[in-house]
Amino acid sequence: MSFLFFFTLSFVLISAVLAVHARDLFVSTIWLSVFSLMMATNFFILDAADVAITEAAVGAGVSTVLFLSALALTGEKESGKRVYRLLPSAALFTLALVLIIVSLEHPRLGDPSAPVHQHIAPWYLSETPVLIDIPNVVTAVLASFRGYDTLGETLVVFTAGIGVLSVLGFRPKRKVVVTAAQVSRRTVRIRDHLILRVVGKLLIPVIMLFALVVQFHGEYSPGGGFSAGALFASAVMLYGILEGADRSIKAMPQLIMLRLAALGASIYIFVGIFGILLGSNFLDYSVFSSDPVAGQQLGILLIEFGVGLTVASVLVMVFNAFAGRDTY
Amino acid sequence: METEFLQSLPRLLAYASMVIGSAFIVIGGIGVLRMPEIFTRMHASSVTETTGSLFVLAGLMILSGFTLATVKLFAISLFLLFTSPVSTYALVNTALIAGQKPVVVKDSTGGVSA
Repeated sequence: MSFLFFFTLSFVLISAVLAVHARDLFVSTIWLSVFSLMMATNFFILDAADVAITEAAVGAGVSTVLFLSALALTGEKESGKRVYRLLPSAALFTLALVLIIVSLEHPRLGDPSAPVHQHIAPWYLSETPVLIDIPNVVTAVLASFRGYDTLGETLVVFTAGIGVLSVLGFRPKRKVVVTAAQVSRRTVRIRDHLILRVVGKLLIPVIMLFALVVQFHGEYSPGGGFSAGALFASAVMLYGILEGADRSIKAMPQLIMLRLAALGASIYIFVGIFGILLGSNFLDYSVFSSDPVAGQQLGILLIEFGVGLTVASVLVMVFNAFAGRDTY
Repeated sequence: METEFLQSLPRLLAYASMVIGSAFIVIGGIGVLRMPEIFTRMHASSVTETTGSLFVLAGLMILSGFTLATVKLFAISLFLLFTSPVSTYALVNTALIAGQKPVVVKDSTGGVSA
């Protein structure tokens, strides 16, 4: 295991250096995708399967697509000349040196007596079966014990979506006049990828089904709202890539996506307020049912649904905002 | 002696399958490094991702027996069977559209080989 970990970790380092080094931004994007995939493998080797799924879906999948659609707008060559300044390089080198020296003081990887494993983790591990009774402790921590943090993250995702929309514009503002040559070039491109379209369409329902499994099986197996939302959005992105962004916007209009994103975050908040109304604290699900454990499980299911809805619709919205801008 | 052999047969089969798969992956890697241009390189790498990974997955399936893991491995191999050739095709097709031309070499007998 340690050899495998060393191997993937050094590959992370190599791909990071190559991503920075590449002058071609397209190449750089691909290296970043490799970086994320290796990082996901790393997380999996460290038994963090939930994080691995999210990293693979968001880092290697969705963000690569977003980078590529951004490159379609900006061009793929790095502009300007690279200058190497002495002072920033020295500062960064010193910082790296300090970090390396500090990392020598770290407890060994996986050391059970490390402070991080002594603080609150034993409590989570011993109380989750009693209080919530689901096998996946990560979901219990994320959705119930630390529900405030996850609410914050969901709102951050929502705000980020709003931010991207306010920069890129809500919908293509004007109809661009397209010459016949450009149209024929576009149709040739799509026609030549007939096999890609047929097989890609075959995969879309499977990806969506898998997203639903990750969403609603998140209490028993790795997964949850964040990774499920990213998987669902990647299915829509696949559709947009194969059929053109105009059709994916038609299928998932921006305005509806925006409202769904707001709805997801609202579901989370209202579940929290519901706890207050039933006489307990904000985001305390124990009072939802006569049995506190069943109440906790119901609450987790509801807020995970809210998280998934927000993440999926924000990512679809951002993709549509990038890809929907005319690039003829 | 004979029953012992029969009992260990699935394991041997699995190991053989995994070794064959790994050999294909190594061959594919050598091919990607040594081939002259993208079309032959993709030809080599497609060996890696179809035959190589499928043989390895088949070996793992034999090893895990009749369990849920086998079903998952089967689903993965089905997924790979659909996506790998298509991604290879898409990449090569895009290269062709973008103007890459296969390197054609005339040998001494006047025949043409890629």
